Amino acid sequence: MTAAVLPSFRAFSYHWLLYRRTWKGSIVIGLVNPLLFLTGIGIGIGKLIDANSGGVDGVDYLAWLAPGVLAASAMQMAFAGGGFAAFREATPEGSYASAAATPLSPTDIMVGQQLFATARVALLSAGFVVVQVALSAAPSLSGAALAVPAACLTGIAFSAPMAAWAVTVRRFTTLQTVFRFIVQPLYLLSGTFFPLTSAPEWLQKLAYLSPLWHGVQLCRGLSLGTLTARQLLVHGSVLIVLAAGGLIVARVTYRRRLHQ
Amino acid sequence: MTTAGRELAPTSQGAEPLVLAYGLTKLHPARGGAEPLLAVAGIDFELSRGEVFGFLGPNGAGKSSTMRMIACVSPPTSGTLRILGMDPLTDGSRIRARIGVVPQDDSLDSELTVLENLLVYGRYFGLSRAIVRERGAGLLAFARLEDKAGQRVETLSGGMRRRLTIARSLINEPEVLLLDEPTTGLDPQARHVLWERLFQLKSQGVTLILTTHYMDEAEQLCDRLAIMDHGKIVAEGSPRALIDAHVTREVLELRFSDETRERSTATVAAMAPGPLTPRVDLLPDRVLLYTDAGDDALAAVHAAGLEPLTALVRRASLEDVFLTLTGRSLVE
Repeated sequence: MTAAVLPSFRAFSYHWLLYRRTWKGSIVIGLVNPLLFLTGIGIGIGKLIDANSGGVDGVDYLAWLAPGVLAASAMQMAFAGGGFAAFREATPEGSYASAAATPLSPTDIMVGQQLFATARVALLSAGFVVVQVALSAAPSLSGAALAVPAACLTGIAFSAPMAAWAVTVRRFTTLQTVFRFIVQPLYLLSGTFFPLTSAPEWLQKLAYLSPLWHGVQLCRGLSLGTLTARQLLVHGSVLIVLAAGGLIVARVTYRRRLHQ
Repeated sequence: MTTAGRELAPTSQGAEPLVLAYGLTKLHPARGGAEPLLAVAGIDFELSRGEVFGFLGPNGAGKSSTMRMIACVSPPTSGTLRILGMDPLTDGSRIRARIGVVPQDDSLDSELTVLENLLVYGRYFGLSRAIVRERGAGLLAFARLEDKAGQRVETLSGGMRRRLTIARSLINEPEVLLLDEPTTGLDPQARHVLWERLFQLKSQGVTLILTTHYMDEAEQLCDRLAIMDHGKIVAEGSPRALIDAHVTREVLELRFSDETRERSTATVAAMAPGPLTPRVDLLPDRVLLYTDAGDDALAAVHAAGLEPLTALVRRASLEDVFLTLTGRSLVE
């Protein structure tokens, strides 16, 4: 009778159905924007850099930049899929209220949202990597492919804490402020576009605190095949702790919001 | 917290009431500068299978908070609540699987089509696509939306949306249907269509629990009513029994001109309590004279030399019950 599906996948299926309507819009933010960065900065400015200093860390600037943009756009998509989406769905016009009236628990609804946010990151990251390979910006195919799960981990390290917080927020402008003053600076200053070793020391120290820096390092290390076991452990752990912490807090904030 | 001396365990499978509440309380904690709010202040009720039960009261009486607790999306602050023999705190998901909810704001997805809304909702209950399609066809016919299946919800009228919300709430074939202000915001014709649909559900044996601040709706639909005010149930019974118990058979409504109002109302007020009327209510725009013999009371008013602008003898209604019990009108 009843389909044997985990309850959170039932919540996910709603987002998925809606996404089939709106995927074109998300392609722009998720795929077109990062590819513009990749071609505009990677190819354009990359030529200057490569001619001047022979690339970065021993590789072409384009190949160095690509995994950074991948991680940064994963963060941005996660903010949309975790933060903005959770905020919107928790409003009276959103879908959470009607989902909460069904056997789904607030945790099912929360996990469904995270599954969707992560699926979106996975799809668009895969699309990004395909173009990256086509541009010959990937030294190794397997490395570039491994960067996709790393981008997903980067995504959920943002989307889970963001969702946990967003369902407690009452005004949309609060989210926009965070996007402008936290997400955007992170995008630019987490070693995405230039190696932090060339940045002032205070910025380097600040960047170590940035979750995105860990995501960038993980994606780049995998993509270029330079990741050491220790780096994998450190950067992976930071992201996993953020994701797990976000999920744990989100369980509480979702319950408080949906079962008042 | 159980009320002393009450037997809470079911005596046999069929004997336990469908919903059972003792001392049910909901305190919304202070948030964002707002004072803490005691929305439901210790209420008792029992609902049986197959009946239509209504919570009648003005806005802010605690009706919606009570409904949310029954719907297992709002944990009670204290008191006992059992639904279908289960505890909402531990069995919320299992209870929700067997009830249907029609929220006040339709909470449909307006970007999806009518049928897709049913599909999504059915998925939440773990129903397969095939089952939802099969049931959905019948439900859309029931809601008279069979020719709208492929249309986007944003194109539907208010009445259609409400009927779709009811159709959606029936996708899991619930034993109990909760309706929060089902006809608020609908025009008279749409209300009547909706009432007629609800009657049909009742005749199919679905238990209906609804809230309303419309006394005509309460009178037409409900077998039994709880009148709520300030988080408490102030009276309970069938609409007829409530009227019989709390007000006279008829009410004489009098309106006076501005010049004579003060003197006239004083004269009428002096008639109660008396042989013709036990009580008179002086409202800003009119005087209500409760009586079992409206025409005799009107004759007495004329005999006292009063000349009302309008005089109307009517059957007593739930509105009068509410006014008598709380001193306030239901709809201000």
